Order: sequence, then structure tokens, then C-alpha cells
Amino acid sequence: MKLLASIGRYFILLGKIFKKPEKHSVYYRQTIKELIYLGVNSIGIVIIISVFMGAVITLQTAYNTENPIYPRYLIGLGCRDSIILEFSSTVVALILAGKVGSHIASEIGTMRVTEQIDALEIMGVNTASYLILPKIIATVIFHPLLTLMSITVGIFGGWLAGITTGVISSGDFIYGIQYAFIPYYITYSLIKTVVFAFIISSVAGYQGFFVSGGSLEVGRASTRSVVYSCILILLFNLILTQLLLS
Amino acid sequence: MIRVINATKSFNGNKVLDNVSSDFEEGKTNLVIGRSGSGKTVLLKSIVGLLELDSGEIWYDNARFDTLDFRGRKLIRKGIGMLFQGSALFDSMTVEENVMFKLNMFTGMSHSEKRKRVDFCLDRVNIRNANKMLPSELSGGMRKRVAIARAIALNPRYLFCDEPNSGLDPKTAILIDNLIKDITEDYKMTTIVNTHDMNSVMEIGEKVVFIARGVKYWEGTNSEILKSDCKPLNDFIFASKLARQLKN
Repeated sequence: MKLLASIGRYFILLGKIFKKPEKHSVYYRQTIKELIYLGVNSIGIVIIISVFMGAVITLQTAYNTENPIYPRYLIGLGCRDSIILEFSSTVVALILAGKVGSHIASEIGTMRVTEQIDALEIMGVNTASYLILPKIIATVIFHPLLTLMSITVGIFGGWLAGITTGVISSGDFIYGIQYAFIPYYITYSLIKTVVFAFIISSVAGYQGFFVSGGSLEVGRASTRSVVYSCILILLFNLILTQLLLS
Repeated sequence: MIRVINATKSFNGNKVLDNVSSDFEEGKTNLVIGRSGSGKTVLLKSIVGLLELDSGEIWYDNARFDTLDFRGRKLIRKGIGMLFQGSALFDSMTVEENVMFKLNMFTGMSHSEKRKRVDFCLDRVNIRNANKMLPSELSGGMRKRVAIARAIALNPRYLFCDEPNSGLDPKTAILIDNLIKDITEDYKMTTIVNTHDMNSVMEIGEKVVFIARGVKYWEGTNSEILKSDCKPLNDFIFASKLARQLKN
């Protein structure tokens, strides 16, 4: 019953979030701010993780395909497909659920317990929309860019690890990443990213918005937002993969 | 004028407000007093619509507020300013942005007009050279004054203050009290102040409503309060040794 009530409350909140904004210029400025806080500030962590994951994928593929039957360029192909299909969309989304999701939940939760949301409400502002909509727009716009960046940097990391350790030549790796390339995989990855970005920002916004109590509850809401976002990302990963690749 | 009729509110079966009725007059500083947990904040939050009453009515002049939808309330709320116990300034915004927020959201003023208005409001509460400071860089008294400046930015008709001088030293508390009284008279607002500070009662309490355990026991002026024979009120006023000695 509690779960159903929470789901109902989540959709009612979504209804409030997507009401017509009071003033577009204020929302526009707020969205730009969120693009910087939630998007630009995540570039660093995405680059670091992608480089290392690309490198590890290359090395693991190389050590598991040492049989001469397999052509060496398969290492490049394996690295490319792993990164495009799963790593840059799903794994990066799980990491961003931790970074961006906890940031959103704790920011909005703190505003709730310090009565800042009450102050907004008394002014006649649609608080759900003003606080959460710019965050949803910012993540839905910027996370696909982060995914593209992650794909590029991840493949670069794989190439770098491959040639510096000598498990594959540069020529073989580059041939591998071009071999049997299916452009639709990029579209598939970006569709997943948009859905995951929406899940991260809306679930975190929901958790922060309904905090009651003090700083302890804000911490709990932040943790809950990460856990629930991760579960939903994994569930929707399964659903979208079946829908888009079958 | 704000009129509260038979306001009743319970939480988990506990009655926090029990048939409270009162009229809060225009151009006057109306005080709601009572011990901590007496129901003052619940009454104030019910009047502004942050809490819904179980039964009873809230009237803003000729409009019944408690039955209005979000749009209807929004019209009345544009005329409301509120000072929260913890100031509730937006901590990611500077002092100037805090005061300018309502102007940005609800007016079509140019940036220079808005800045002029912000400077006027900050000047009115004696805050100078702090426009670019963040709330975390201000003292408790300054934060309260900025919150008052934010509350009056759009010339409100109604001002609500929840424990405006909690956590302040006596001198700063009197400054805040006098500021609230002056602003109320200047703008001819209906002001409701929640407090348990007897200094505030004696300084600015033009009309005083006393609540205990969710029930209204007494109402009158600050000049009548010391002569009252209401026992719960006297227990509240003369709770301290100093007050009892002064009475005797």
C-alpha cells in the first residue's frame, strides 16, 4: 500500500512539475544554472571513469581472446560495442545517479527543512515546477552530451591502453572500432540516457521535495534517491533493451 | 482584515487547534502569544495555507481563503509577506537576489527599477553594503532584516512573522519588533506576529491573542494584559521569578 501511495504521489508531483511556468525568463535562467551545476560539473568524473573503463575493457578483452583463431581487431570491436551499448549509457547513469541524484535530493531536502520551500509557496510560486523542472530539463539535455563524451573518451582510453601495453597495434584497434559498425547503437544508447536522466532527476527531486524532519532525514532522502534511481535504471535498461534491440 | 472562524486542526488524533476564532485588524500589529507547542505556528501556517484546517474558515477581507484553489490562493499570496523563524532566505542567492526574487517572478519591471526597489527595501530595514553577500555571511539579526526586506518587496497587504526575534539578543529583538511595527503602520498592513516574548508584547502588541493547548483563552491589548484575571495567561506571563517580583 505504501509503495502504491508513493508511486501515486510521484505522478501527482510530476503533474505539478509540468504545469505552465510562471515566468519563462526565470525558469530559463534557472535551467542555465542547473546545466552548469548538474552537467558541466559532471564532465570531470565522466572523463576519468570512461578513460579507465575503456582501458580495462580493452585489456580484459585482449587477455580473454589470446587464441590465434580470433583476429586482434576484435579487441577494438569489443571495446567499442561494450562502451556504446552498456558502459556509457547505463554505468555512467548509475554513477550520475550517485553524484547528481544525491545533489538534487539534498539541495531540495535542505530547502524543505529550512522552510525555504514554504517561503516560495507563500509567495505563490509553483514550488515543484520551479525547483524540479529546470533540473529535469538540464539533465535530459546534458546527459546525452556526457554519454557522447564518455563514448569518445572511453574508446580513446581503450586505444591508449592497448598500444601502451602492446596487446594490440594502433592499426588493428582502429580497424576494429570501424568494423561492422551499426550507427543505430548510438541512437539506442542516447535514448536510454534520456530516460535515465529523467529517472535520476525526477526521483531525486521527489525524494527531496517530501522530506520532513531535519538533517538526518535529508541524508536518508539522498541515500534513498540513489538506491531507487539505480534500481529503476537497471529495470528500464532491461525494458528498453528488449524494446529497442529485439 | 484577516478573520479566523472556529479553526480546528488535529495531528494523529491530537487536537492542536480547538475552535480558535479571532479578527486580526488592518494597520495593527496583532500578536499571537503562548507557550512553545501551544499551536501558534499551526494557526499561522493554517492562515497562510501551508496547513489545511480540519474545520473552520479563514477570510482575507471579503475572500474565503481556505476553500480557494491554487490559482485563487496565488492572487492573495501575492499580497502576503512572511518572516520565518529561521529567516528562510534562499541560501544559494545573494541578499540582493533574495529581495529581488518576487520582483523577478511576478513583475515586468526593468532591471534598474528592480535594483532601485531592492535598495529601497534594504535601506528601509537598515541594511547597507550587503547586496552581494550570501545569507551565510550575515548575522542572525541581519538575516531577519533581509527577510523583512524580501517580505515587503512587493508592498504586501498582509505580513506574517513567526517568532521574529527568537535567537536574538534583547536589543536586536527590540529593533526587529519596532521595525515590524513601523512597517505595519507605513504600509497599513494587517500584521500577525507569533511570539512568546513578553518584551514584544509590551513593545508592539496592539492586539494580543493568547493560546494555550490549542484553545484561545484571552484577547485584548497590551495595556489590558497585566490586569487580566485569566489564570492560564497569568501563569504564562508571570512564569519567571523576575516577572513575579515585578508584579508583587
